[in-house]
Amino acid sequence: MNKSKKSISYYLLAAFFSLFVLFLYGPMLGMFLLSLQSPEGTLTFPMRGFSFYWLQSVFGEQRVGSFVDAFGRSFTLAIIIASITVVFSVLAGLAFRKQFKGSSTIFYLTISSLIVPSILVSLGIGILFSLINLPVQWFSSALAGHLTWTLPFAFLIMLGIFSRFNPAYEEAARDLGASETTTFWEIVFPLIAASVVGVGLLGFTLSYDEFTRTSLISGASNTLPLEIFGMTTNVTSPSLYALGTLTTIFSFVLIGVALFTMQFLSRRQTK
Amino acid sequence: MSNKNLSTYLLVTPQTLIFILFLVIPIIAIAVISFWNFNGFSMTPGFTFSNYLGIFTSQVYLSTYLNTFKFAGIVWLICLLISYPVAYFLAFEVKSPQWQTIWFLICTVPFLTSNIIRMIAWIPFLGREGLLNQALMGLGLIERPIEMFLFSDFAVILAMVQLYCLFMVAPIFNSMIRIDRALVAAAKDLGSSGFQIQKEIILPLAAPGIAIGSIFVITLVMGEFATMRLMSGGKTSSVGYLIKNQIDSLQYPMAAANAIILLLLALLIVSLILRTVDIRKQL
Repeated sequence: MNKSKKSISYYLLAAFFSLFVLFLYGPMLGMFLLSLQSPEGTLTFPMRGFSFYWLQSVFGEQRVGSFVDAFGRSFTLAIIIASITVVFSVLAGLAFRKQFKGSSTIFYLTISSLIVPSILVSLGIGILFSLINLPVQWFSSALAGHLTWTLPFAFLIMLGIFSRFNPAYEEAARDLGASETTTFWEIVFPLIAASVVGVGLLGFTLSYDEFTRTSLISGASNTLPLEIFGMTTNVTSPSLYALGTLTTIFSFVLIGVALFTMQFLSRRQTK
Repeated sequence: MSNKNLSTYLLVTPQTLIFILFLVIPIIAIAVISFWNFNGFSMTPGFTFSNYLGIFTSQVYLSTYLNTFKFAGIVWLICLLISYPVAYFLAFEVKSPQWQTIWFLICTVPFLTSNIIRMIAWIPFLGREGLLNQALMGLGLIERPIEMFLFSDFAVILAMVQLYCLFMVAPIFNSMIRIDRALVAAAKDLGSSGFQIQKEIILPLAAPGIAIGSIFVITLVMGEFATMRLMSGGKTSSVGYLIKNQIDSLQYPMAAANAIILLLLALLIVSLILRTVDIRKQL
């Protein structure tokens, strides 16, 4: 391949890649457009009129329940999950900087959580809770289910981050008499801060969108994905799309804020 | 045990406890329940193989298992065929690291949004009056709208590929980005064709990424029921969906037996994949 001139394979692959991006975003854009119809809109194209009627309707009381409540639950849960995920995976990442007895067992235990089919996690936690006579709730059993999904990802990312980490800084701090805690907060944490935001975002979104591992164990009050899933069977108006549009925009904003923060933190670090 | 070692174990304790409490013990609980008696209404502790025998002797169950494998296989193959060129383009054809990151992020963002919503977004395209039917009718290819697009195997596969292909793209990209460019340049200087470079250098070195991606895609498809339920309109079944239905009708021992078989099958597939490829270097 020539540096000045791109080859045919480049253009073919670029075209393929563009189609892939279209495949990912196309349906989403269609849903955005259809959520902006006037009140006589339907579930399919062509668009009928233009208004914010359906977007506003999301905030009203729905036939199947209130989405604002479900959103509140999902949001709270995602914040808790993100916090726990960050703390636990940073701790585990710190431990895994060196080999220790049992480290490979713990490693495989963590990875296996990704491989176990999700429905088993849901079913198993459900059975466990019923055996010990605890009611399943979104903030207890579903929280446990989500952690089995977010922690392995966060753990793998932390392993990657710490493997690229230069231990000389820490050793210097320790040589100068800094305690373990001081070394962590003054030296290690600022260096991994950007990645920690990334892991937090991942934990948040994985939890906020989780369905299968929540499905059997959310208890009486649904999380947002469960609420929306229930809605698909009996709602045939664009309010379905409006809800989809709003939650997707929420995800986009969140990702944007997190990326911006990460950029900011890593830039401050290189200064 | 020295003080240093103790602190290492304290650091891994929280995470490990989560997996013991909410992964290991629940799976043991499922295994135990799968041997309990079930009389059609309630379960009683015991030790019977009848739940398993019921599965192995039922034509309906066996075909559900076959169906699950069929979907896992098809979705896996399509994901691989899409992800390999996509990852290759990102890793080798996009030269600037900055653009690599940007394009990779663009691929990643949809996967951080809700799966259910992304399934719903297919309705305007696949429905009876959807864009696909309108386009085909406009082109004169069909006279009447085709019902089968939404609520069909086709829709299930399409949605699953869209939902899960990043789990294939990311590990392959991760493997490819580590390939030493000098190898490729050397092969070119020695007169290798593009095909030879793919076959002899890139494919073998990307194999661990393909293996990790395959494990993800196959176990994700095997363990879920939402796409199956939503996109097939309840017409096709999978083991995940079956388990969900059995739980809804409180047949816990049956659901548990199915879950254990599903887990063993998933582990079997994963171990077969790991036997062909050494993935440890990727971690």
